[in-house]
Amino acid sequence: MTEKLKLSRRQIVRGILATTAFGLTSKFGTGCSSQSGTGQTSEDEPLVVGFIYVGPKDDFGYNQSHAEGAAAVAELTGFKVIEQANVPETQAVQETMREMIEIDGAKVLFPTSFGYFDPHILEIAEEFPDVQFFHAGGLYEEGMPANVGSYFGYIDEAQYLAGIVAAHNTKTGKLGFVAAKPIPQVLRNINGYTLGAKSINPEITTQVVFTGDWAAPVKEAEAVNSMVNQGADVITCHVDSPKVVIETASKRGVFCTGYHTDQSALAPEAYLTGAEWDWKSIYTQYANWVKEGKSLMNGDIPHIVRGGLAENFWELSPYGPAVSEAAKADAEAIKEKFADASMVIYSGELKDNEGQVILSDGEAYEQQAIELETTDWLVDGVQGSV
Amino acid sequence: MFLTAIDRYSWRKSLEAICIPVGAVLVALIIFGVFCAVVGANPFGVYGSIYKAAFGGWSAWQRTFIQASPLMLSALCTVLPARLGLVIIGNEGALVMGGLGAIAVGLSLGESLPPLLVQIGMAMGGMLFGGIWIAIAGALRHYRAVNETISSLLLNYIAIAFLNHLVGGPMRDPSSLNKPSTFPIAEINRLGDIPGTRIHYGLLYGLIACIVAYILIQRTTFGFAARTAGGNVRAAQIAGLPVGKLTIIICFLAGSCAGLAGMVEVAAVHGVANESLNVGYGYGGILVAFVARHNPLASALVATLLGGILASGGILQRSHDLPDATVLVFQGLVFLMVLYSDSLYGRFAFFQERETLPSNLSPIE
Amino acid sequence: MAQALGWWGVPLGIIAGTFRGSVPFLFVSLGECLTEKSGKINLGLEGTLLTGAMSSYAISYLTGSPWLGVIGAGLAGMALGAIHGWLSQQPRVNDVAVGIAMIIFGSGVAFFLGKPFIKPSAPQLPTIDLGNWSNLTQVQAALKISPLFILGMAIAFLMQWFFKSTRWGLYVRAVGDNPDAARAMGISVFKVRMVSIIVGSFLAGIGGAALSLYYPGVWTERISSGQGLIAVALVIFARWNPIQCLYASLLFGGARSLGPALQSVGIDWGYYLFNAVPYVLTLAIMIITCSPKRRLTGAPGALGTDK
Repeated sequence: MTEKLKLSRRQIVRGILATTAFGLTSKFGTGCSSQSGTGQTSEDEPLVVGFIYVGPKDDFGYNQSHAEGAAAVAELTGFKVIEQANVPETQAVQETMREMIEIDGAKVLFPTSFGYFDPHILEIAEEFPDVQFFHAGGLYEEGMPANVGSYFGYIDEAQYLAGIVAAHNTKTGKLGFVAAKPIPQVLRNINGYTLGAKSINPEITTQVVFTGDWAAPVKEAEAVNSMVNQGADVITCHVDSPKVVIETASKRGVFCTGYHTDQSALAPEAYLTGAEWDWKSIYTQYANWVKEGKSLMNGDIPHIVRGGLAENFWELSPYGPAVSEAAKADAEAIKEKFADASMVIYSGELKDNEGQVILSDGEAYEQQAIELETTDWLVDGVQGSV
Repeated sequence: MFLTAIDRYSWRKSLEAICIPVGAVLVALIIFGVFCAVVGANPFGVYGSIYKAAFGGWSAWQRTFIQASPLMLSALCTVLPARLGLVIIGNEGALVMGGLGAIAVGLSLGESLPPLLVQIGMAMGGMLFGGIWIAIAGALRHYRAVNETISSLLLNYIAIAFLNHLVGGPMRDPSSLNKPSTFPIAEINRLGDIPGTRIHYGLLYGLIACIVAYILIQRTTFGFAARTAGGNVRAAQIAGLPVGKLTIIICFLAGSCAGLAGMVEVAAVHGVANESLNVGYGYGGILVAFVARHNPLASALVATLLGGILASGGILQRSHDLPDATVLVFQGLVFLMVLYSDSLYGRFAFFQERETLPSNLSPIE
Repeated sequence: MAQALGWWGVPLGIIAGTFRGSVPFLFVSLGECLTEKSGKINLGLEGTLLTGAMSSYAISYLTGSPWLGVIGAGLAGMALGAIHGWLSQQPRVNDVAVGIAMIIFGSGVAFFLGKPFIKPSAPQLPTIDLGNWSNLTQVQAALKISPLFILGMAIAFLMQWFFKSTRWGLYVRAVGDNPDAARAMGISVFKVRMVSIIVGSFLAGIGGAALSLYYPGVWTERISSGQGLIAVALVIFARWNPIQCLYASLLFGGARSLGPALQSVGIDWGYYLFNAVPYVLTLAIMIITCSPKRRLTGAPGALGTDK
């Protein structure tokens, strides 16, 4: 209780400080811009932050994880959060961004779906150089508008830990992975998961089924069923909404690990752990940066923000009742190494599942390695092809 | 129907053609207002926001037109065959195939030709692919008596699977990381915006296509033949009209309009082909066509109305805390009411021709 | 103890997928069959399916009784059916157009009201376990049959009998084949179609309940992904015959499990194309069986006309 109180007091103090700072910068801002008539921007006028989602906000998955992050920003003093859900990756999202800027006065936008980046954000960002655009997963390159930034987390670290736990719980040595599409973010999670499992037992294999769709409940359930039929006894996934996968696995009497958000409530017995996004801390951090007057344009906020556990990008769901002490100990040991950024997932010798050498002995990909953001291979031990 | 009415009927008929659909939209607005009030939003605030977002000022109008432009072209895919008495709902598939045709031409021409020629080539590619797609449905209808509504529906799913397959594999640009797409067309070959606006040339294409379609149907012998065949196939055959040829040509033209919409999406919006081609413009277009009673000019107006509704979807979420599905409810209500209103023509005595005009009114014509 | 099935997993997966996946198809196609037999087409069953899925899940969650949910889904379907039935019979109003507007309206209502029910878990319908003779868990899981499936089968046979041997069935067929003649016989075309569409929508609503309370057993906005629309094609595939609707539903349900089943044994080329198999198949069958010289057997004469 006191802990909470202290925290909130600290937050308030920080908030007041930041508001003052922001007030100053925003005055500078209006002074420079040609627009007039908005001169009454003052300390008590909140900073408008817009969030845009590709699907419904409460999908138990990707969009919900971002919406929870948005809710955390809304809690902060001095911010007003506006949200729009179900915005397709067409000109519609350009218009949504424009409305948020022109009608609602948004100064910071978080369009969260990957497909919003190119061309939509890049076009709108050029047009509104004093609005900052932060995008999840896009690859910022030299020459793109200065007011565009990209952030993403190394959630394959969390998948690695989930793989460790899964390895302790599988009896057949076969894990199942329901994946939406063979794209780098998904492939990287499959690799991380498999490598984690293989660190416990090198014989373990992961079967992958691609559904081809970000949200296809019936196909996802079919995928779980067919993998369980083939002997997989721990299932995980990378789809927009893992609810179907978790519930189907639990009905089939096998274990599962979650993704995006905490799904333990859906399968209290079968749920081992899960890789959860922690957008709350990321968005709070961005919000505070902006409030302190930092911006992408003057170089105070880096264009590419990436991070793992050390930077609070993800968290692990609490372990379920089926997780043994030994599994917890193994996972926690590696988790500590992630926390101090001393853990390297991808190190040689590493082969893909077609026998090609990805990393030879002595080589390694640090998490920051740009090669990992273009992953187009599956690690040895994965059954499935890109 | 709105525009042709003026030169053909008396002012009462013209007034009817305006009052009935407008009245239907108003009734839909009232029902929607009640719905909003029930879920706790202020209906008048909601009306104000819808107006502001869709039609309140030049920026809002542009937003509406941006939403409307793919719908105009896609609607023609249903409008034209309707004149033959065919109900085609393969708009989405033809649009997707058109996008694929356009990207195929755009990528193979590259920068070998001046941009204008490449753009024309892409448009031709899009129209050809989209046209063939619907012509298949037309040919099946004529030669095998396969129901064109169902076959064009099935062709949608086949086209979408084909798109996903090509984009995810054979045509995928490996550098399109997390959203599988084809290679992009050269920047110089992209369609730009109409000068002074942020609306791309697709709107112009749509308007021109609607006008051309109108002239074709209403003012040419070809259109007359099509309308005759649509009225009574057997009579047309007896009169010596080549019904099969007419069917396939009309279906080809219809598909090429939707295909052009796909080309515009590729050339003006995305620069690549990917699953964003398949976002429901096709199904929107079907509704537009029916609500416009298969009149190409009215289609342009109805597309603008639907564009306005879609453009106002965001503000309902942001300013009134209504869920994203609200705009679907609103859209559904408007279209159900407007469709219903079709049955009201001739039901109101006021709009009927008077045998003898009342003495206090002088005839206008 | 579960063990890998290898290649045997493919036929087993397809059989299991057939039983599980065919239930919504079965109900929607039977509903559409009745509707089309009366001479009207209802594309709006996609919206009905979604509304049914949402309302059954919500009712099951709120009351704790999945069977009440099933009934609720049927009633919600009837409400939408009443709108469609009345509207599509107004002069100059096209049933295809109303159907598409009803897809938008129905899904709008379902999504709007369904927001609070996405997260909670609702009690599911019980299953009839026919696989307990086997000690293979895969077989046991594959043979967990939904009572809705049995019910759907019964309705298919009942509907066949209804069309063939009852006076009311004759009325429906007469209205669908030749409304003018039916009118001359003193049958109210409006009433017969209204009842057919409403009952058809009731069945489609139950199909929605099968999605959210049986398989895959959740409520999300993407739960249907076009199954209601496909059922319309499926009826033609089945040539307006309820028994063949049953077979066609089994085929369509099974076809969808083909892709995942093959991937899980290592065949992973072209899964998008596998998804299109049912549509290609339907189109092929239509091309083969249709002929310009005669009407399709079983096709209602007034279907697709304004009569």
